[in-house]
Amino acid sequence: MNDWVDIGCLEDVPRRGARCIKTPLGKIAVFRTADDKVFAIDDQCPHKGGPLSQGIVHGAQVTCPLHNWVFSLETGVAQGADEGAVRTYPLRLHQDRILIDAQSFAAATAA
Amino acid sequence: MAEKLVIIGAGMASGRMLEHLFEAEPGRYEVTLFGAEPRGNYNRIMLSPVLAGEKRYEDIVTHDADWYAANNVHCRFGQTVTKIDRQAKSVFADGVETPYDRLVIATGSAPFILPIPGKDLPGVRAFRDLDDVEAMVAVAGKPDAKAVVIGGGLLGLEAAAALRGRGMEVVVLHLAGHLMERQLDAAAGYLLRRELEGRGIKVHCKAQTKAILGTDRVEAVALDDGTIYPADLVVMAAGIRPETRLATDAGIEINRGIVVSDAMVTSDPDILALGECVEHKGAVYGLVAPLYDMAKVAAKTLTGAEAAFKPVQTATQLKVTGVSLYSAGDFAEADDREEIVLRDATAGVYKRVVLKDNRILGAVLYGDTADGSWFFDLLKRSTDIAPMRDTLIYGQSYGGGASADPLAAVAALPAEAEICGCNGVCKGTIANAITSKGLTSLDDVRAHTKASASCGSCTGLVEKLLMATLGDSYNPAAIQPMCPCTELGHDEVRRLIVAQELKSIPAVMQELGWKTSCGCAKCRPALNYYLVANWPGEYEDDGQSRFINERVHANIQKDGTYSVVPRMFGGLTTANELRAIADVADKFEVPTIKVTGGQRIDLLGIKKEDLPAVWADLNKAGMMSGAAYAKGLRTVKTCVGSDWCRFGTQDSTGLGVRIEKFMWGSWTPAKLKLAVSGCPRNCAEATCKDIGVICIDSGYEIHFGGAAGLDIKGTEVLCHAKTEDEAMEIIAALTQLYREQGRYLERIYKWAKRVGSDSIKANVVEDLAKRRQLFERFVYSQKFAQVDPWEERVNGRDAHEFAAMADFQMLQAAE
Ligand SMILES: Cc1cc2nc3c(=O)[nH]c(=O)nc-3n(C[C@H](O)[C@H](O)[C@H](O)COP(=O)(O)OP(=O)(O)OC[C@H]3O[C@@H](n4cnc5c(N)ncnc54)[C@H](O)[C@@H]3O)c2cc1C
Ligand code: HEM
Ligand code: SF4
Ligand code: SF4
Ligand code: FES
Repeated sequence: MNDWVDIGCLEDVPRRGARCIKTPLGKIAVFRTADDKVFAIDDQCPHKGGPLSQGIVHGAQVTCPLHNWVFSLETGVAQGADEGAVRTYPLRLHQDRILIDAQSFAAATAA
Repeated sequence: MAEKLVIIGAGMASGRMLEHLFEAEPGRYEVTLFGAEPRGNYNRIMLSPVLAGEKRYEDIVTHDADWYAANNVHCRFGQTVTKIDRQAKSVFADGVETPYDRLVIATGSAPFILPIPGKDLPGVRAFRDLDDVEAMVAVAGKPDAKAVVIGGGLLGLEAAAALRGRGMEVVVLHLAGHLMERQLDAAAGYLLRRELEGRGIKVHCKAQTKAILGTDRVEAVALDDGTIYPADLVVMAAGIRPETRLATDAGIEINRGIVVSDAMVTSDPDILALGECVEHKGAVYGLVAPLYDMAKVAAKTLTGAEAAFKPVQTATQLKVTGVSLYSAGDFAEADDREEIVLRDATAGVYKRVVLKDNRILGAVLYGDTADGSWFFDLLKRSTDIAPMRDTLIYGQSYGGGASADPLAAVAALPAEAEICGCNGVCKGTIANAITSKGLTSLDDVRAHTKASASCGSCTGLVEKLLMATLGDSYNPAAIQPMCPCTELGHDEVRRLIVAQELKSIPAVMQELGWKTSCGCAKCRPALNYYLVANWPGEYEDDGQSRFINERVHANIQKDGTYSVVPRMFGGLTTANELRAIADVADKFEVPTIKVTGGQRIDLLGIKKEDLPAVWADLNKAGMMSGAAYAKGLRTVKTCVGSDWCRFGTQDSTGLGVRIEKFMWGSWTPAKLKLAVSGCPRNCAEATCKDIGVICIDSGYEIHFGGAAGLDIKGTEVLCHAKTEDEAMEIIAALTQLYREQGRYLERIYKWAKRVGSDSIKANVVEDLAKRRQLFERFVYSQKFAQVDPWEERVNGRDAHEFAAMADFQMLQAAE
């Protein structure tokens, strides 16, 4: 089951940028691309924990601010020669409101 | 007896519906048609050409008096329906009650009027109906009339172009970063802006309108940033909202629009709705194509036949004479999508097709839209384009299968085809020069024919011509491209930014043929720097193209916290400053306080959300950002010099402070660190700095190009200066030359090695006029650079950077 929770409006997140939401599991980074698509992934780089929300966003990818690994915002998978992945979370855009599936991080707490 | 059908709204959708209805069952209904406008149905989308003076109202009428008479329609034009009584099954207009058996609501949209002071002043108009057009034309007729159009979408731009065509001075205010952001990506938005500006329309993006000013009628428009544009006419084209008021009052289900089923029936089975006022499966529509489909379905439903409306993809074209622009489908980027981009800078053409699994999802075309409908057709049919993938972007005419070999294309050009537009050199001239003079490189061609020697945008063509003429013996000098988004190197890009006066990142990407639509983490920061350095005061810094440290003005640490280093000019501080730092350290429980090698104090381990509060406290004590994070001026180290030291020859501390006060805030290709020592004992270690000064009895020895990092290198002496003023001028000129020539992330010593210290000395030391010009350019750019970024953020700028968007920690804890 999904539990869609409103986390803010599209304009709250800068284009080609990100904002964080805090959860009991840690921070989740919510990205907005140049063409207004939104994605959510863990705000923790699998390399050495860099805050991915602080990276440069290009296309549907982000470059980690610490050592430049590049991740797909859609799949969470590291691109190029680097190996690793971050968790992704389902997001929905309803008009200009961003909704996240609260189940997705609640479930993980329970597990 | 015929059933009574009442229609509210004589617009495009209801007109089309009636046509279908009368065709299917001519006498079935007795129709009463209400229209708030004092006229019948007309083609609303043609109001733009009417405003432009290219068409008259009579040309765009779709249904005339004869037609209404022939079909027995009771016309109630000029009458606004004010109430629907669902119990009695009747509607009210001008106090008169009209009963219905079936009712159709087709009230279209209402323009969205910004809720700002002055919105009701005479002279403020929407762009929705003929009355609006007539009012605008009346103002445009006055001499020197000025218009401000709020909204740079489809409607606003059509109005702007039309009014400009009528001779008005026109400004377009647009909230987003580029025009028509819903339909266009940044590259196409840039081309459109360039075209409109070429016609004399001023475009102001990221404009927050604050108020409309005026006493008896509109006089000006004021923006949040303080800009004021005088105006005799303000056109509100900031969007539309489905006109749902009647339905709401009548208790019919509405959401964004009036909710309808597939058959166009509302929550009341006797009432249908169609057009822009409805919402179907969560979508509302603002273009006529889907409304015409609705009209067909509604007519069927009224005759009792079964029909269902299917959501459709829409394509957009801007109706401005001379502008070709086409956009369709979804062109957002995503991982499982690919894009094919074709740019022709000379012809001002941009085409981008977005694919997923070899099917077209979306297309944006600018400049050459001939293939728009072909792409749209492939999109709607979800055609597998794999077989023509290589040539797809060249359009339908290529579909025959001829391979898109760019060399073949150049080879096929006639000898008189112009290759270099700047210098008017044609293909024959270049090809002749290559064979007769034995030219083998681009530089040769430039030297002998001038082709590609000016703006350079034909470089690619010239190279292909070399290849085509010389075959395999042509061996282009390998230039290291900036990044995989382009084939151009840093120097080429910088040269072209200047030559073509490119002033934004989308402009660079378009004119220089970037292969991606949005760049990457390598090229974007570099382009941002080049634009900041070349167009001070004009280019608007793009924060999202900067690395995090420069975006939040602090250094990110390995655990995601930040370090804060306030500026201490020349390494001097005071008891007050130290007290303020100590207070900050207590208040924010700073875990580590460290003295840096740059003669100042570093507060480490600060949480991102605390940064603005930390800065506020430091600002209060008179301290500003030390830019310890910047590709820009970092520190000027000093020794105590002649003020205290028994060996001191000059006031090295004073000079260091003066230099730092003069140079702080400047952006450079890589970090820039200076030092001033009071005598050759060199306690400030000036001879391993980017720029160093050694004071001597006779003045100042200026050094440059040192390094003490991955590489170690002593400085080289640039020259000798007699006075502090002269030393300052030389240092600023040297920095400016480096700012203009250095490649992004190239330290001074690497730049000096690349260009040679002789050329640097020639510019900065020997040619006094050049030195002066460099100095003045530096001074000019400092006018815009010397803003303390901490203070800006304490005052609220980029507040979103420092706060979480939502917090679920408590929520979960409570469960
Ligand atoms: C300047 C301009 C240019 C456009 N260009 C294009 C284009 O190039 N391509 C495209 O696809 N679309 C374009 N559109 C949009 C297109 O015109 C609309 O999508 C279309 O007209 C909507 O049709 P409609 O019947 O739903 O509403 P409308 O055509 O707006 O008709 C609604 C009518 O209902 C009347 N009404 C409202 N409330 C009441 C009431 N209570 N009582 C009586 N009457 C009422 C209104 O006065 C209006 O006449 C353009 C629109 C404008 C304004
Ligand atoms: C590629 C090479 C380098 C990297 C990646 C690097 C990185 C850094 C970082 C991350 C900081 C900030 C620490 C903090 O957050 O407070 C810093 C500060 C500093 N670094 Fe380096 N550094 C490099 C080369 C050098 C070199 C060559 C020197 C000296 C010649 C140097 C001298 C300093 C000094 C003095 C500071 C203190 C900051 C200040 O006062 O502005 N660094 N460096
Ligand atoms: S460099 Fe010279 S003047 Fe400066 S502190 Fe050292 S000895 Fe004194
Ligand atoms: S030398 Fe510089 S980059 Fe290396 S660990 Fe120390 S501060 Fe970090
Ligand atoms: S922590 Fe992200 S790349 Fe190293």
